[in-house]
Formats: sequence, structure tokens, C-alpha cells
Amino acid sequence: MQLSMTTAAGSGVPIAPVREPIVEVRNVSKLYGNTVVALQDIDLSFEKGHLTSLLGPSGCGKTTLLKIVAGLLQPSSGEIRVKGKPVNGPGAERAFVFQDFALMPWASVLENAAYGLKVQGVAKSEREDRARHYIGEVGLHGFEKKYPHELSGGMRQRVGLARALAVDADILLMDEPFSAVDEQTRRKFQEDLMHLREVENKTFLFVTHSIEEAVYVSDRIVLLSPRPGRVSEIIDPQISREISPDDLRRDENYLDTVERIWTGIKKYVE
Amino acid sequence: MTLYGYHVPKMASLIVWVILWEIVGRFGLLMLFPPFTEVIAAMGEVVTSRSFAEAIRITVISYLLGLALALVLGIPLGFLMGLSRAADKLLNMWVNTFLSAPLSALVPVFMILFGLGTPTVVVTVFMFAVWIIVLDTRAGVRHVAPSLLEMSRSFGASWPELFKIIFLAALPEILAGIRLGMIRGVKGVVIGQLLVSIIGVGALFSLYQQNFQMAHFWALVLLLFACALSLAELVARLEKRIQYYAGERN
Ligand SMILES: Nc1ncnc2c1ncn2[C@@H]1O[C@H](COP(=O)(O)OP(=O)(O)OP(=O)(O)O)[C@@H](O)[C@H]1O
Ligand SMILES: [Mg+2]
Repeated sequence: MQLSMTTAAGSGVPIAPVREPIVEVRNVSKLYGNTVVALQDIDLSFEKGHLTSLLGPSGCGKTTLLKIVAGLLQPSSGEIRVKGKPVNGPGAERAFVFQDFALMPWASVLENAAYGLKVQGVAKSEREDRARHYIGEVGLHGFEKKYPHELSGGMRQRVGLARALAVDADILLMDEPFSAVDEQTRRKFQEDLMHLREVENKTFLFVTHSIEEAVYVSDRIVLLSPRPGRVSEIIDPQISREISPDDLRRDENYLDTVERIWTGIKKYVE
Repeated sequence: MTLYGYHVPKMASLIVWVILWEIVGRFGLLMLFPPFTEVIAAMGEVVTSRSFAEAIRITVISYLLGLALALVLGIPLGFLMGLSRAADKLLNMWVNTFLSAPLSALVPVFMILFGLGTPTVVVTVFMFAVWIIVLDTRAGVRHVAPSLLEMSRSFGASWPELFKIIFLAALPEILAGIRLGMIRGVKGVVIGQLLVSIIGVGALFSLYQQNFQMAHFWALVLLLFACALSLAELVARLEKRIQYYAGERN
């Protein structure tokens, strides 16, 4: 475990130490019932301002880990620290983006995007102003009065994103946010996400099971292995930010990294 | 409906039945059925009579009381069963039993318990309406998307806020339950009054029957049908307004 924190196992390429950890996962284990070991002894630090992906085959505990960090689930043992302080519940520094969007069907786009602020007790006019700003930011300007059922899947997830951004949390936790949208929308989303990271200066924890997506968007990839869920490898893709999406798919470094991760995961998939 | 390529409106089949009724009545084929036109004429008389106004008043009051009771007790009970597994285990069997039991058979028991008056009718309405409200509320609460609650919790929502989310998310099912409950309640109020038979519409029915005023009798039946159907239609409209998001939650 300690070894994989400092070198990427298998390749011998050293990975950078975490200089400014904003989220720390300390010895976290999670059991469902008394038999299912979803996570075992997870020890991780997440760099402030970086996008870290959790990647691994189905059932390896990605969602479980993310929800523990979010404070939505309690770990069976171990602790979570956010900005150095132990936490055991949800908090204003963290916001969650859901795989199924989790929008309220009875509420308009504006009300949905402002919901987090409402729960936090922000006055109506202020929360609507802020929600409007982020609705524009995610490209939904003009859709404020629409209802979720009037939007496409991609647009719904943008509302979910606006809602998470509106509370101005430092850490965004995203559980396969793009898995329920089509491929074109997904690519657009990935670019938007990278843009957001530049301008919003937020920390992203991002769950995906697309290797390509993880390599493309991440500063760091944490590979998890299943039964029990453990960290099997840590990889810094180091894809140049300047590279265009089209050139990317021919980039040697990109292809190598994808290949390496695939080799690491393959044995669990069969 | 189409017949020989012509579009026939839904009401047309009703007209066929009315004509059939008229014929049966005209030829006195069945003693119980006076001609339809006579029934219509009697309807005017029934509606304007004082005993009808009184019967309607008492019927509406017992109906509304029983329904209110069913809502006030049924919705919280459904919530409880939807939220707590223990409560559900304890109650589910009974609620389902009462839902499908022949409740009319219980009315004599209510008569013993509550006397030969309005309270018995109120209880009958309640018993007819409440169980479907409980079960639909329970189903609605059960089916609230877990992610919606997690979403709310992730922003630090307190219990009342979570409760609000559950309620709004379950609202389409709750309303469906209320609509069915209202329709069953109509059955309850009629059956209750018929069996008690000295108050409200029930008293009117026995009066017409005893004096063999079959036209009046059927006029009253038609009026009750019309009332029940308009009531159901009214609630269905209300429900439709909220329906649009019911299909959005799978
Ligand atoms: N509520 C629960 N009760 C029991 N077992 C659970 C529960 N939630 C998850 N598990 C089990 O824990 C393990 C990890 O689940 P988790 O959902 O975290 O995996 P995941 O990596 O997110 O998978 P996927 O890629 O399919 O989303 C799985 O074996 C799963 O079956
Ligand atoms: Mg998952």
C-alpha cells in the first residue's frame, strides 16, 4: 500500500507525492452486513485543485468510497479528513453529483439548481441569482423555467452540476456523472469539466469506469481492485493540457497509459 | 369505436341501452323497470323534494367526515409503513385483508358499536376509503429514489426537509390513492345508508321502495351514479396536473 503511494506499481515511474491534501482517507474499511467487504484498508490523499479519478471494475467499491468521503455512508473503520479535520457527515465543503442526476421532478431548473443553497438557508433572491449564474455557466441559459422532464439526459446532468457548483463547495464528488448520457454529449462534458477545473479552482473526485475518460481528464488515477476493494495502483497520466481532443487519440503517452491500465484491470473482468 | 367505417362516439352505446330500457319499460316486460322517460320525469321531482335536499345534506356530511378521517389517519399510516420495515411487517397483512374484505358484512357490527345513525355511516365510509390510501401512500414512499434523499442529505438537510422531499416525491401515488379512496368512499356512504336505511339517501331509497315508486327509485340511482362519476372525474383532473412528473422517476 505504502509502496503504491510513491511509485506506480508495475511501471516503476514515480508518482508525485501529495503536497496539499484536501481530502484524506485514513485506513477506511467498509463492510455491508457482516460478509461483503466493499472496501479494505483504503489509505489515500487527494491533492487540492486536482482531478482524481477512481477507476475499477464493477463492484470494486468506487461508489462506496465516494459516498463515504461525501459523508453519506459511515465507514466501518477508519476516518475521513477534510482540510485536516475529521468529518463524519456531509458538509458544505463537499458537493455531490449523482449518476442518475437526482433532480426533483416537481421543481424547475432554477429551483433544482438553487436547492442546495435553499437547504443551507440562503435567502430566495440571493440563491436564485447564484443559481442563475451557474445555470449559465453550465450552458443552460434560457432553460431556468423548464422542468427536468423537458430536458435531455445531458442537460439534466448539467442542472445537477450547476446545483453542485452553486453551493461553492471546494470539493466536487462525481459518481459516474456522464454514464447516462450519449457519447457526443459525454465528450463535450469532459471538455467542460476540464475547463471548469481551470476556472473554478476546485478539487474533483471523479468515479468512472471508462479508462479513456479517466486518462483524458485526470491528474491522477486511483485504480481499485475488487473483492475486497483495495487500491491496486496509482497512475499520473500526465497528458499535456494543450493537446487537442483529436490529436489525443493518437498521442503515444495517452495510448500507453490506457493500455497499461487495461492490462491492470483485465484480470478482474474475466 | 368504429362501426362499418363510421366513427361512433362513446356516448352512442349509452343511447342504445337507454332505448332498450325505454322499450322494456313501455311493454312492461319487467315490473321493476318503468320507461326511461318516466324515470327522467321523476328525477325532476326527486331533486326538488325537501326530503332529497335533507338526504343529500346528511350524505355529504357523512361522506366528507369519513373521507377526512381516512385521509388524516391513512396518509400517516402509509408513511409509517413506507418508512419503517417493522411497522410494515406488523400492519401489511391487516391492511391488505381489510382492502379485499367484503366490508359491507361489517356494517351490522358498526351498527352495534356506533348505533343506527350518522356515526355508523361515517365509519363505513372511512373503512371503505382508508385502506387503499394507506397502501398507495406506502408504495409512493417506498419508491422515492434513494438518490433524491442522498442529494438532500448531501447538502445537510434536516429531517423536516427530507420529509418534504419524500412527500412531494410520493405525491402522485398518494393522489392516486386518494382518488380511489374517494370512489370507494361513495360506495361506503351508499351501502352504509342503505343498511342503516333510516337516514340520508338510504331512507329515501326505502321510502321509494316501500311505496313502489320505481321511477323515483331509479332516478335516485342515476343521480348517485352521476355524482360518483363526476367526483371521480374531478379528482382525476386534479391528479393529471401532478401526473406529469410521475413517469419521470424510474
Ligand atoms: N447497500 C448495499 N448492501 C450490500 N452490499 C452492497 C451495498 N452497496 C454496495 N454493495 C456491495 O459492495 C460492493 C461495492 O459496491 P459499489 O457500489 O461501491 O461498487 P462500484 O465500484 O461503485 O460498482 P459499479 O461500477 O457497478 O458502480 C459490491 O460488491 C456491492 O455489491
Ligand atoms: Mg458505482
